[in-house]
Order: sequence, then C-alpha cells, then structure tokens
Amino acid sequence: MKPSPFEFLRPATLAEALEALAGNPHAKVLAGGQSLIPLLSMRLAAPEMLVDINGLDELAYVRASTDGVRVGALARHAEVQADADAERVQPLLAQALALVAHPTIRNRGTTVGSIVHADASAEMPVVLSLLSGSLTVASAASTRTIPASELYAGPMESTLQQGEIATEAFFPALAPGAGVAFDEIARRHGDYALCGVAAVVTVDDARKVESVRCGYLSVCEVPTVLDLSEVFASGAVGDAALAAAGELALGSLEPEADIHASADYRAQLVRVLTARVVRAAYDDAVDRSDRRVR
Amino acid sequence: MTTDVTAQPTVKLVGTEVRRVEDDRLVRGQGQYADDVLRGALEMAVLRSPHAHARILDIDVSGVLDVAGVHAVYTYDDLTGAMAEPLPLLIPHAALTHGRTQYALAKDEVNHVGEAIAVVVADNRYLAEDAVARISVDYEFLTPVVGIPAARAAEHQVHADVPGNVAARLEQNVGDAEAAIATAPHRLALDLDIERSASMPMEGRGVVARWDTDARRLQVWTSTQTSTGVRAAVAAKLGLDLVQVDVITPDVGGGFGVKIMHPWPEELLVPMAARALGQPVRFTEDRREHFISSAHERAQQHHVEVGFDDEGRLLGLSVEFWHDNGAYTPYGLIVPIITSTQLLGPYKPQSYKVVFESLYTNTVIVTPYRGAGRPQGVFVMERTMDAIAAYLGLDRTVVRENNFIRPDEFPYDHGLTFQDGRALVYDSGDFPESLRKLKELVDWDGFERVRAEARAEGRKVGIGIGCYVEGTGVGPYEGAHIHVETSGKVKVAVGLTSQGQGHQTAFAQIAADELGVRFEDVEVVAGDTRRMPYGVGTFASRAAVMSGSAVALTARMVRAKALRIAAEALGASADDLEIVDGVIRVVGDPAKSIALGTVAVLSNPLRYAFDEASKAATQFSVGDPGKPPVAEDDEPGLEARDFYSPMRATFANGMHAVIVETDPDTAEIKILKYALVHDCGTIINPMIVTGQIHGGVAQGVGGALYERMAYDENGQLLNASFMDFLMPYATEVPESIEMDHLETPSPLNPLGIKGVGEAGLIPTSAAVASAIEDAEGFPITAMPISPSELFALRLAHASKGTTDEDRR
Amino acid sequence: MTEVTNEQAYEVRLRVNGVAYDVTVPARRLLSDALRHDLGLTGTHVGCEHGVCGACTVLVDGRPMRSCLMLAVSAGDYEITTVEGLTNADGSLSPVQQAFKECHGLQCGFCTPGFLTTITAGIAENPDPTREEAREMVSGNLCRCTGYQNIVEAVCVAAKLARGAEVAP
Repeated sequence: MKPSPFEFLRPATLAEALEALAGNPHAKVLAGGQSLIPLLSMRLAAPEMLVDINGLDELAYVRASTDGVRVGALARHAEVQADADAERVQPLLAQALALVAHPTIRNRGTTVGSIVHADASAEMPVVLSLLSGSLTVASAASTRTIPASELYAGPMESTLQQGEIATEAFFPALAPGAGVAFDEIARRHGDYALCGVAAVVTVDDARKVESVRCGYLSVCEVPTVLDLSEVFASGAVGDAALAAAGELALGSLEPEADIHASADYRAQLVRVLTARVVRAAYDDAVDRSDRRVR
Repeated sequence: MTTDVTAQPTVKLVGTEVRRVEDDRLVRGQGQYADDVLRGALEMAVLRSPHAHARILDIDVSGVLDVAGVHAVYTYDDLTGAMAEPLPLLIPHAALTHGRTQYALAKDEVNHVGEAIAVVVADNRYLAEDAVARISVDYEFLTPVVGIPAARAAEHQVHADVPGNVAARLEQNVGDAEAAIATAPHRLALDLDIERSASMPMEGRGVVARWDTDARRLQVWTSTQTSTGVRAAVAAKLGLDLVQVDVITPDVGGGFGVKIMHPWPEELLVPMAARALGQPVRFTEDRREHFISSAHERAQQHHVEVGFDDEGRLLGLSVEFWHDNGAYTPYGLIVPIITSTQLLGPYKPQSYKVVFESLYTNTVIVTPYRGAGRPQGVFVMERTMDAIAAYLGLDRTVVRENNFIRPDEFPYDHGLTFQDGRALVYDSGDFPESLRKLKELVDWDGFERVRAEARAEGRKVGIGIGCYVEGTGVGPYEGAHIHVETSGKVKVAVGLTSQGQGHQTAFAQIAADELGVRFEDVEVVAGDTRRMPYGVGTFASRAAVMSGSAVALTARMVRAKALRIAAEALGASADDLEIVDGVIRVVGDPAKSIALGTVAVLSNPLRYAFDEASKAATQFSVGDPGKPPVAEDDEPGLEARDFYSPMRATFANGMHAVIVETDPDTAEIKILKYALVHDCGTIINPMIVTGQIHGGVAQGVGGALYERMAYDENGQLLNASFMDFLMPYATEVPESIEMDHLETPSPLNPLGIKGVGEAGLIPTSAAVASAIEDAEGFPITAMPISPSELFALRLAHASKGTTDEDRR
Repeated sequence: MTEVTNEQAYEVRLRVNGVAYDVTVPARRLLSDALRHDLGLTGTHVGCEHGVCGACTVLVDGRPMRSCLMLAVSAGDYEITTVEGLTNADGSLSPVQQAFKECHGLQCGFCTPGFLTTITAGIAENPDPTREEAREMVSGNLCRCTGYQNIVEAVCVAAKLARGAEVAP
C-alpha cells in the first residue's frame, strides 16, 4: 500500500501552480490530501505529478462578510469550523463541518478540497449546493465562477477542467427569516453517512413557512437539492406535512443500496431525517426571527 | 487499588492490581514490533491473486529484475525441496478426510482473492510494489464458490478432487437425541446463522529474518502467537537443523487468534530470501493484505431441533451445522469441533446429537479468532433457550436455571470429545450463583418497570442474556525456565508468546510470590526460542493457566534447591528457612541469613573467580573434599526448568446481560447497559483480567452489531478496509461495563487458574440478539445485525402481522 | 509503464521533537514512513495507511494529524511531535503517558502512540474534559485490545495530572 512514483512541485505562487498544471495533463493538485493520499497509497490514482498548493498562503483564509463566507483553498475544515464570524453569517457551515470525519482529519483536510473531490457522501458539497453557493476556479488562462448547481457532473466527478485550481468557495449568508439544520446517520461516529440531510427553511413575519429546501448526501450519485415547499403550503410544520415532505423528496431521489444499507432503509432515513431537519430548521428560523425582533 | 510492591514486600502479589512492567517502554514509543527491528532490511511485496478461483496458465516476471533496487523475484517454480510441497496441515483429524493446504506460492491454481502468487524483494516496499506491478499472470477463470449455500449446493467445486466441497463431516452422540425429541412433550426447530468476521489486530502480520553466513544460523523475528511452532516449520521447510534456527517474538500488536496460524507463506519466504540473498529481509503486511490474505472466522449456519418438558428441560437436542472453512484447512477442524462441544454451555441436555460439515469456499482461510467457534455455539444454545422460554411463556432465566448443571455435579462429564482430543469434563463452577449475581447486577426482575417507563416515552428497550462455558488452558504443555543470577536477579523465560496480555507482569507476580523475591527483581521473557525452546503457543485462553502454572512449578523447584543449598551453608534445616525479599533466613532467627544471589554463587562450584562474589564458590573455598563438587543427581546453577501438562482443559464460565434500545424510526441499536459475571478461578491480576474482559466485550459488540466480511458472488471482498469493515471506535462501545466475579478455583492446576482471554466476547452476540428480540418482539436468528437489517425484519414481520403484543 | 529507475529525490528538512533532520526522499514517501524508516522514530505506528485507525497520528504544529496521509516532502514547514517527543524534558513520563500506565489504558501498545499524541493535543485544548468529551476526543482512533473503557478513564486522569502539573512550581 504505497503510492506509485510521481513528480512533485511545491509552487510559491498561484501563477506558478497554474503554469505547472497547464504543462502536465496528468498532474493533480494536492491540498489537504485526506482523500487523495489514500487513493495514491491504494494505487487507485497514479498522477504523473502532484502540485502541492500548501505553500500558497494567500489561499489560507476564511472571510465572512454580510453577503456570505468566502473560504480559500487552503482553509482547513477545522479553521472554517472554528471561525466565529463564519458561523454567525452562515451557521450551516459549522453544523455540517462538525460531522466531517474526525477532528484529526479536519485539522488537515480542506473545505474546498472536499467540495472539488465531489463525493456524494461528503457533507460540504451538499452544503454548497443547498446554499446555492459557488466555486471560483483559476487556470493559467482565466478565472471563472461555477455555480454549485453546475458543479457536479456524476459520481466523484466535478465540472472542473484539467489545468484548473479551485481557489475559493463562496457560501451565501443566511437570509433574514431563514433557519438551517443538518443531521445524518452513520454506522459509526465520524463515518461517511448512510444518509444525511441539510435543510434551509424560511418563515415570514407570522412565522409561517415560506420555503423549504433540503440537500441530500449519500442517497444519490451526486449531491442533490430539492425544493419541498409545496407540502408546507399551509405554512405550518405539522407531522403530516413533515411526512409528506419525506415522500415528496423520495419522488425525486433514487436511494441506492450498498453493503451498509438497503435502498429501502435509505428511503426510510430520507423520511426520518427530512422530517427531523425541516422541523429543526423551522425552529431555528423562528428562533432567529424572534431574536431579531427582540 | 495499586499495590506498592516496595513498601509491602511480604504481601502476596497474586490477586493484586500490580501495574504493568510492559508499559513504560510502550508509552515512550520504545516498543519493538516486527517492523521496527533490523532497520534497513530489504523489503518483500507479494503479488496476490485478484481472482477468487482461477488456473494459472503463465507467470511472466521478465523485466522485474531490471527495476533499480530490486534484488529477487520468486514464483512457485523457484521453490525447491520441502518449500515446493504444500504447507503443513497443522492439526490432522480422522474426520478431515479431504484436508487441503496451499503452497507457499500458488502452484497451477488460486483459490481465493489474495492468495500469494509471487514475491519481490527490493530495497524498500515502494520499489517492491512497483516491481510486483510489472509481473503479469495469465489466468483461466473458474467459477468461484462463495458462501455456505453455494458450497452446500456444490454446483461448482473449489477443489476438483473434493466432491461436494466437503472437507470433513463429524458426528457425536450422547444418548438417542432423535428419539428423545420425537417423544418429548414439546418440540421446536430453529435455523440460526452467524456471518464471517476476523481478528483484525491493529498490527498485521510481520516477519523479518537474518541469515548469519558466518555462524550459519537463521534468526527470525515474527509477529506470532507461537514462536516454537514457526521455528519448527521454518527449519523443516528450509532444510535446516532446529538448532540452527532462532525465532524471537518481538512486541506483537495484537493477535486475537489470527497469529496462531503458521507458517504463513511469508514466514517461510522471508527466511528463504534472507538466506539466498545474504541480507536481512522483511515483510510487513499492509491492511488490505491482512483482509484478503490472513484468516477469517465465524461463518456458520445451524439447524436446531429440540425436545423439552413443561419446565423447559432439554430432553433431546440435535444440532446440524455447516462451517465455512474457506479455501484451505491448515488449522484442521478446531473451530467447528469447539462449536459442537461448547454450545452446551452450562446446561445438561439428557441427550445430544451434533453433526457438522466443514465446507470449502473460494474465500480466505478460516482459523480461530478469539472465541473460536464458541460465539456461534453459544448463540445457537442461547437462542434455543430463549425460544423455549417464549414457547412456554416462562422467564428466560428460569428455563436456563432449570437446565443448569448443579454445583454438586462437578466434575461433570458430557460424554463428548473436546478440541484437545480429551473428554469434555467440566472441573468446577457454580452456575446458579452466577445467574443470581447477574440478575442482581442488571436488575433483571426490575426490567418490566424500565420497559414500561420507556414505552411511555415512545421508546423501545429490551433485555437479553447469554451464558457460556469455555474450555481454557488446553494442552499439551507449557514450560518455564527460571535462572537466579548471582546478583539475585531472577530471569524467567516462557515458551509461549505475548500479544498484550501483560504476561511479563502476571508471570513475574507468580514467580515473585513463589520464590520470595521482590517483584522488580524478576524479568520475564516470552516467545524467544533461544531462552525456552519448548512451548506450544498463546491461544484458547491458555497462557495464564499453562505458563502461569509452569512458572509456579519451576519457581518451586528453584526455591527447593535454594533452600537446600542455604540450609547447608547456614547449618540449618531447610524446613526452618523462609525466603523474604530475596534473602533466605531462619524463621525466628533472622540474623542467620544468606542472600539468594549468594546461594546462586554457591550453587555453581568454580575453578575460576571473576569477581568478589564468585571467589566464594572457588575450589579452595567451598565443598566437602569427600564428595564430588556437583552431586550425582544435581546440576550446577540455581536454575530449573519444568513443565505443566494437564490431563485436560479447565472450564471457565460466565453470563452476560445487556439492555438495548432500538430506535422506532431508524432502527438504530444502542446498548444502554452491559453487565456480566465471570468465573476464571484464581485471579492473578484483577486489573489485567478486567482489561481483557473490556476488550472482549468491545470486540463482541463489534461482532454483534458492526463487523462482517462482505463478499460478493465473485469472491471479491467488498469491505477490505477500515472504512467499510466497521470496527467499533470508543463511541460504539458500551459507556460502562458492570462486572462481578465468582472464583471457583480449578482443581487441575497448582494455582487454581482458569483462562479469561476470550471470556468478554463469547456470549455477546447471543446476549445482544436476545435483547433486540425482547425489544422488537420477533425472533432474531442471524448475527451480526445492522439497522438496515433490523428495519427489513420490521417490515417483514409487520406484513406478517407479528407484533410485540402478540408475544406478550 | 512507469519508469522507476530514475525516481527523483527531494531534500527536505524535517523538524521532529525539536531536532532537525535533513533527509533526501522520493516525493511519494509518506511522512509515517519517513519518520519510521528514515529517522528511525519507530514509535509512530502504521495500522491501516488509509487514515482511519489513527495509530500514526502525530502532532503537526501541535495539532493531531495522520502521518500516513501526509507526504514527507510536504512536512518541512512544520514542527512535528511524535510519541518519542511527549516525555518531559527530564525523561519522566508526561501526564498522558503516566495516565495510560496508571489506568491500564494499553494492552498490546500498537495503537497507543496515536492515542497519546491525540490526547496530548486534546487536553491542551480542553483541560477539563467531561467523560463524554473524553470519549469524543479519542473517537477517531481504533484500539482492538482495551474496549476503550480505560482509555477514556486515562483521558480524564491525564487532564487531572496535567492541571496539577501546571500549578506545581
């Protein structure tokens, strides 16, 4: 279980990194490496070159402002999770990050890296998708911004092009009247979830539900976001509506079976977790609205 | 409670919580595991079969030696002499009519994913893996046989010359069980399954060898549970004299059974390469290799028929089961024999029939994993007890009590043959008392109140129980060598090996007590054939019983000799002497004394003095000129070697109870309380015993709720990583384990010890299944069980209309 | 096929337990292997090489990380602490090491170094953990021997010892 040989470059600037990537179609970017290095060791990936961006200090930032949180490519999960400003602007970030693997992995792994890795079992791609965030990617030629809705092409496949480096993820701020929640069920604490659901619920001044959106991980081949507002048309979050939300979600999801869970069981978790997070996100929205009024 | 061994030297150490002498080194990172010794050795990597069943048509190794840093590549064609013959069948048995073993490197065919085909030796493991990737093999694919149903159906065969895939069939009978069942007032039939799991120590296998070209000796360090076994195997396979081979067991990062299997192909190929290349060579197994090329256990399917009276007493019990032995049978029939005998537990059915078939599949070999067939047997028996209780509407503990062997019935002869070829005779125990203690510990009688409270909150809880009897300390023997240095330091060597059980501490406690020396003056070495060439190995909860007894017997010999010499030196009778803190003195006259180290000097008459102490033993200083310096029946030195070889095993026992909560929505299963009572006879070190049980329970919980080997129909292991083979973390084990002890000393050995190493996990799956069944109200017949499976069972039973209320 | 005869070597200065080591390694050398084989610091153990078991955990600028999930060539920026570096300056056992010994927090000792490094950082961050927090602190490390009961206990005892050590002169 040792990696195949590869060339190694540790650029001092982003431009240098992009140039190296442009020059070798079989080069890969190394950031936290918490997903990449196991793949190398198992020889499931054998890039010709690794471009180690850990020296690019300019990408090691978490910036929270009123419109949202900007996370640089070298910000470690633990740093994003611990950032009080980021948590205030978009509380879903810290909630989700607490469920990413174990603290030791979060100390090294990067949030942007996890988003680019495009694992449908991971938390952060779903968070970015649910929040309608975006990813800034740079290449030697240009820089572009990919909306989360256009980021995932298939299992473990993003729409980044060869030669591009993701430099920043943008998570929009929590809107007034909105609340969030994240919950997942894993076999062991810290494992990839069998099913995870994140929710954003918005309420009006009368505390009636305006909109309900949920993001699903480990259910389908790609992170999936659904608008479940229609079953809450009455504005209330009752048991019947919550049950209907799960069923509505299942209408658009095709839960898969693996060695840990049958498709039926995953469907059950979709029902249970949808109800749980929508209720929790609704309570959060009401709570925040109440606090804003006070 | 810590025993301060310096302040209270005369206090007996056996029975006290002496802190481990192993730990100082280990917590400093100064352990020496197989991968840590002989830094800079060449490293071996193995080409393993990617296919479960195939014929090998051609192996092309051209180009491998061109890689810089590669020293050698070997395939079957390079093996000669005994190395070219199949690996040993370690434990033959008359019923094993179709035993098969693999070759060190595959010859003509492969029978499981992971079977070794070729090895490369290179400067380091990275280069060795690069070179392995350059070997190409042509295969002709054969249909794999995966799982017990496929093996039984036998539409395809694993081995062309083994019809029906049946390696062995063994039947034992006590009375006429079938007749007793047919005429019994009540009858039940059950089908009960256990899936595959594995020992999975944190350190995989590892072996390092150095051939000394000058001394023509081979030294082998291997992560094993039997250094003497490996030594014999290496010598035989490499054509060396036994005295040319030393096997040294370094620190071993856990065994749990898998490392009693030997010799692994690499344990032979590494020494072979080291001798051929004249350089040290190492193989360190990686985690993926450990999953696909070491050993698994547990997979069995059982059919039970039972006849019983109105009190639930077993009138006739008939068990038929099918054991998945994997691709080969190097370890014989030990696991299914243990299941077939130990499933009886603390009970005495009036008649018993058991028959099993051991079946080949195209999967990793099966050898004992902690518990070794007992978890399956206990699961079968305890599920049967619960089924009888449910059928009769009796409390589950009442049915068990009605079947217990009573305390006055020991020794109790079951009329069966155990795994050591000896009669299955229980030596001691008090099962009613154990049950009483357990019920109190877990508040069994108060549980209906707990259930009602939970129900009122919309929660589902259940309580379960599992009882076991475990044959521990099987023979044939273990030995000890004890040598008292002239400094008074005591050097103890035992033949078996240690994998974390604290033998260095526990055996030093025994030696210190027996000899009357200070604990810190005793040093114990295990598993080094240079120090103790005779031994069997560490398995079947036998180390404390076997080597502990051998240390006690040997220490008594050394003590007798020391007293004899001291009596002569002090002009006293040996009967009047005592040894305290390493000083021999006349009882009541402590001024008349001699240090044990001085006795060691006197024990060895010398011609030459080499220090002040030894002057006292030279020829002009001591000795009766009328006698030979060493008497006819004596030998020089204050040392002894003795062996303990019991007539048969000693039987430990215990009972576990568990309370679980099952989530009504997600079917997640949480253990709320875990309580157990165990009886391992005399306890040497309660701290170590408790630690063994903690670890066993955690492993048992893993086996009940998390761990399984998931093979697909092609024989590919789908979860060959710690990502997907779900060993519990701290967050998955019970938050506390409540424990009570019962000590019924074994009459079979000098200290009254029974083994405890496997106790923690043997009844865990049975108890957890019992609790889940109690919470859910429908039978749990297969373990392990995941939330996904529990959810499926709920759906199935909901559609059948069986509910909680129907059963109560 | 990959040509492996001319694999490029890279020079890196690793700072481990306060000592600087200049090593020349191929890019693919895992930090765990560099520590063990190039530096001879074999206290860091390798249990899975895919980041799950935690046996190889070392402190990187004081924070626990998996050394099997880092390349040696990427590690030159940091102060690394391995189990060998946990003992006090006078050679005595650190509070965490002491607690493991006292509480019987280890059996075979193979996973132990990863627990010791993880807990050392853990109690620095949370000097007075509850039992639940103690459990959480070690929840990314696998142990096959102890059933974790005594390890969780050792976390609490270590924290207590460390707090005591701070007030001592």
